[in-house]
Amino acid sequence: MKLGILINEGPYNHQASDSAYQFTKAALEKGHEIFRVFFYNDGVNNATRYSIPPQDDRNITQQWTELAEKHDLDLVVCVAAAQRRGIIDEGEQERNGKDGNNIAPGFRISGLGQLIEAGIQADRLVTFGD
Amino acid sequence: MSDIKKFLYLNRKAPYGTIYALESLEVVLIGAAFEQDVSLAFVDDGVYQLVKGQDTSEIGMKNFSPTYNALGDYDVNKLYVEKESLEARGLTEDDLMPLTYEDEDDDWAEKPSIRVVSSAELADIMDEQDVVLAF
Repeated sequence: MKLGILINEGPYNHQASDSAYQFTKAALEKGHEIFRVFFYNDGVNNATRYSIPPQDDRNITQQWTELAEKHDLDLVVCVAAAQRRGIIDEGEQERNGKDGNNIAPGFRISGLGQLIEAGIQADRLVTFGD
Repeated sequence: MSDIKKFLYLNRKAPYGTIYALESLEVVLIGAAFEQDVSLAFVDDGVYQLVKGQDTSEIGMKNFSPTYNALGDYDVNKLYVEKESLEARGLTEDDLMPLTYEDEDDDWAEKPSIRVVSSAELADIMDEQDVVLAF
């Protein structure tokens, strides 16, 4: 089955991203295709490479980066939601005159159309949120 | 894109207090360009999103409720409001914004976009959907 994943809550504060990660990993292991993972609302905060969780805890962003590398996942962060919350890539940094960027490897910033497209193209769109 | 799917945006939160209502509306507006079969549902505190006369001047936040008026122009004209949620909050349809759209299949007659439905009817509507986005 072709699946789209939507994550609407930030890391650590909420289990949504953890559950989505476990679900995505399990789906891939069962041979399903992940069309796209889309990050919206506070979910965009999953995409910062600047988080430093305690060493005895999981690193949620790094888990996504590694899973994306292993399975060539498309991790997409909503640009409007990301701009509000200070999640920035190099392009946004230049466009908005910011002094840095913080997006983690494996993630890309794009528009909400990518979410709608996931809804259209995937057999199921599975939401993880509140 | 040839295949048309049924998208339902399920709005469950008050318009202010959290960002869910505003960011849900932003998805609806972007999604409208994809020419899918779009419905919106308002349940629980989500019914407050459609209450008329919203005034945010004292809380320093933008009053985005006028944007709902534009939905009809985007061919988003199926707004289901759960009756039980209205009643539990002492609201009636008269408390909601009179949102309308122009029906191109009926000589552009102006028609109401809001339909108050029971929770059982809403369950049937949700059951028909291909994609449900809950905020």
